[in-house]
Amino acid sequence: MRLRKGEERYAAGLLTPAMLIVFGVIIIPIITTFIYTLVNIDPLSSHQGEFAGLSFYIRTLRSSEFWADLGRTLHFTIASTALETILGLLIAVLLNQKFPGVAILRSIIIIPWAIPTVVNGSLWKLMLNGEYGVINAVLEKLHLISSYQSWLGNPKTAMWCIILADTWKMTPLAVIFFLAALQGIDQSIYEAARVDGAGALKSFFSITFPAVRPTMMVIIVMRTVEKFKAFDIFYLMTRGGPANSTKTLMYDTYLQAFTNLNFSEAATLAYLIALAVALLTLVYIRLMRREENA
Amino acid sequence: MKKSILMICSGLLAAAMCAAPVMAEDVTLTALFMKQAGYSEDDVNAMTAAFTESTGIKVEPTFVAYEELSPKILTSAATGGYDVILGDCIWPAQFAKAGLVLDVTDRVEALDLDDIYQGALDATKYEGRYYGMPWLNDVKYMFVNTELLAQAGIEEVPATWDELVADAQAVKEQGICEYPIVGCYAQAECLICDYTCIAGSFGGAFVDENNQPTLNSPENVAALDFMAQNLANGLCNPKSLEMIEDDVLSTFAAGNAVFAINWTYQYAAMNDESQSSVAGQGVITPIPGTDQAASATVNGGMPLMITAGSQHPDEAWEYMLFLASKEMQAKYCANALPIWKSLYTDEDVIATAGEEVVAASQVQFDYIVNRPMVPYYNELSVSMQSEIQKVLLGEKTAQEALDGLQATAEELAGK
Amino acid sequence: MKRAASNATAGPVYKPRLSARAKRMRALEMFLGLILAVIVLAPVVWMLLSSVMLPVDLTAKPLKFIPDTLTFERYAQIFRSETSSDPAYVFRMALGNSLIVAVCVTLLSLVTGTMAAYAFAHVRFRGKGPLMMVILFTYMLPPAALIIPLYRIFTSLHWLDRKAPLIILYLSFIIPFIIWVMQDFFGSISRTFEEAAQVDGATRLQTLIHIFLPIARPGAIATGILAFLMSWDEFFYALIFTSSLNSKTMTIAIEEFNGKFTIDYGMISTAGILGSLIPVLITVIFQKYIVMGMTAGGVKE
Repeated sequence: MRLRKGEERYAAGLLTPAMLIVFGVIIIPIITTFIYTLVNIDPLSSHQGEFAGLSFYIRTLRSSEFWADLGRTLHFTIASTALETILGLLIAVLLNQKFPGVAILRSIIIIPWAIPTVVNGSLWKLMLNGEYGVINAVLEKLHLISSYQSWLGNPKTAMWCIILADTWKMTPLAVIFFLAALQGIDQSIYEAARVDGAGALKSFFSITFPAVRPTMMVIIVMRTVEKFKAFDIFYLMTRGGPANSTKTLMYDTYLQAFTNLNFSEAATLAYLIALAVALLTLVYIRLMRREENA
Repeated sequence: MKKSILMICSGLLAAAMCAAPVMAEDVTLTALFMKQAGYSEDDVNAMTAAFTESTGIKVEPTFVAYEELSPKILTSAATGGYDVILGDCIWPAQFAKAGLVLDVTDRVEALDLDDIYQGALDATKYEGRYYGMPWLNDVKYMFVNTELLAQAGIEEVPATWDELVADAQAVKEQGICEYPIVGCYAQAECLICDYTCIAGSFGGAFVDENNQPTLNSPENVAALDFMAQNLANGLCNPKSLEMIEDDVLSTFAAGNAVFAINWTYQYAAMNDESQSSVAGQGVITPIPGTDQAASATVNGGMPLMITAGSQHPDEAWEYMLFLASKEMQAKYCANALPIWKSLYTDEDVIATAGEEVVAASQVQFDYIVNRPMVPYYNELSVSMQSEIQKVLLGEKTAQEALDGLQATAEELAGK
Repeated sequence: MKRAASNATAGPVYKPRLSARAKRMRALEMFLGLILAVIVLAPVVWMLLSSVMLPVDLTAKPLKFIPDTLTFERYAQIFRSETSSDPAYVFRMALGNSLIVAVCVTLLSLVTGTMAAYAFAHVRFRGKGPLMMVILFTYMLPPAALIIPLYRIFTSLHWLDRKAPLIILYLSFIIPFIIWVMQDFFGSISRTFEEAAQVDGATRLQTLIHIFLPIARPGAIATGILAFLMSWDEFFYALIFTSSLNSKTMTIAIEEFNGKFTIDYGMISTAGILGSLIPVLITVIFQKYIVMGMTAGGVKE
């Protein structure tokens, strides 16, 4: 607590460069965009330039399209985060064992994560192609399908294709996180449990799981934020189709701004997305604090 | 006192400088073009070099993919990021209403309008005013793999949809091709292009003469039912729902389709042996018709426009005129057909563009349908894409979907 | 933490004799490991294959998994092409732009982000909590929320289609992320060393540079890699703010192989391989640090 003033000056010195860049870039756009949500600036509207108050928010929240978009966004966010977390943990447990080849596996597992999203999206689109995609060819060869399927052209499968592509790329990140957490566990605890007659499953739930819980929370928070505002992969793989089955809030924001010229509506959507993400993060942080205190 | 005199003097000086004719050499225009379709980047660069040589006006052209055009224009037009922009024919109404592009009616009307195809001109019009110069001229055609058709014992290319369906049935039943018809029915503008062609050939239109929406007309419903029917009975490739133009081309080029609707560029690509295994087997023909209409195609032209923020509208217009001049259009017609009617009798043009293409275009140009030239078209199109897909997937009837779209269109029109 | 780090890189240690049960267990593990390897590598191998397959073979049905003829023409085209209108040439230039942008972003964001994160973790100042919230919120804002005003500002500054403004834009969302990750990591480093150094009369800046940073090195490297990957990956801002060879990045060049008239899967795969090479090499080489840094940062002890 000594030298409060000096501390503050020191902090200011350390913070200034970062804050200058971040706020220098975003402060005006953030405020301008917020004004856009309150004033109708849509160039095609007959009410252009009029103060709209909260009517854009109200209209957006009342539209069924918004809730459908939100549902699809949550579908993507929850399914891929859950898959990545569960698969990540299972793979980490496997890679934490000692068997021939595990060292190589540990170093190649990271490769998908390093592949750029644009490349990942294009690659899966190519592999899932209904007319000549390699996935169709393999499945047909294995007699799992009788003829080539249109995975990206079917509303029932399109979202899952994107989830698949995203999970393939991002699970390695979870694996790395979990692996390090697992390696922090003292092996003698397992020995002791085994002596006490605990099976593999029991020691997983009573030793492993509690130990990786904080890691899990971090992964979930990080990935939720990223996924909620994911754009590139949708733009590359499906552009919201088929029959809107992959139209997320973020993609709709893009459509409203750059196709429909509804700038105010797009600004409102963007603010709602940021609010939703902030809300989710707050909930997670609460949960994490409770965990720490427990 | 002294100060104000000084100010007045400098003001006058500035005014005088403004009034003095700006030397053309001082002007550098910026222009936004599309990559890899129609005129190639090299073509445009060559035309631009010729323009700079003859006028002294410098131009910095930028080339981006089709998909990037609209975001680039929308973000830049108000501030004059580019002077000249190439836009899709479905944008002028929206851009005009939003005040993003300049009204060029007087300049366009000074041209020999009788020599320009009406469809190309119409696509730059909004509420009776012109907002651009027609440049890239394109419509969709029917491409038929006559080799596969001959294997089914059919020598004649179908002229009506009924004949086409009968031919497709024969091809399918004889096991020559699993899905004879292919379309670009992905959730994208290309779906509306195909639907416009088919609806038009069923005698339908999306708006009436007063630009009022008529989406749920019986003809439109019948056309959509027809498309869904072909998918349901396996004549049309079910993967069409994930395809855009280039997927249709590659399916046709791989020999997996007999009938495909596509833009002119398919003609050269399907005959290119390095990427096609059906080179020499396909023909380009007008889109089939019904007893309501002999044929119909969609206007896919792309006009040049001047942005509202441009500091050099006169030079910009000069540049546009140069690019769209008969001389340039004749010289570079290998990649895009001219907008000028008189060029179609020019032997050099016919030889360069390809006899078969010119012949097909001469028939097809008489049946051009424009997508609705209303400011809200793009928003309507976004709704249409998903609703039409629902019909094609069998989730909705054509009547239900089009009734809903009619309501959407009416709401958008009143915005 | 130290333990975790050393274990992460240590190879497996084999016990001399295994019971039948343990043998079966190991067989199962190897089997699962094999499946995992296939799932991880198969798409990459396919991308590699399709980059050297003939266009006609790529669309063939039934698909030949092992093509008869291979072509390295696309790679040659990317490395040799000298025509500025050739997409292959554009891609090569874009790769260079991406590299310049990503390196600058990584260095700048590391320096500024580390300083700020240190302040959050180890210096007392008023309004720390709210400021952190604001920084987090800026990170959560989707870029679409800022793009239109940003474009207007950048136009008036003549900042379009240039690399430097792109770097600044990227910094604006990468720095908040770095602060968020690093302050957690710094928080986990004990202050005992620093306090000891201060007692010895070192200034605060000296302690930061000589004592703290060496300890924080693995975290900094890991964060640096994250910053590099985020910059290398960025798509939306580049889509709007770049247009010519001046600044067009790799992601946009790849997207252009994917357009309405231009889907060229062979070229997409080739570009994909080349575009992934640098980030994959970096992550594989620095994997040790990523494991050390990121986990230490993420998990508070």
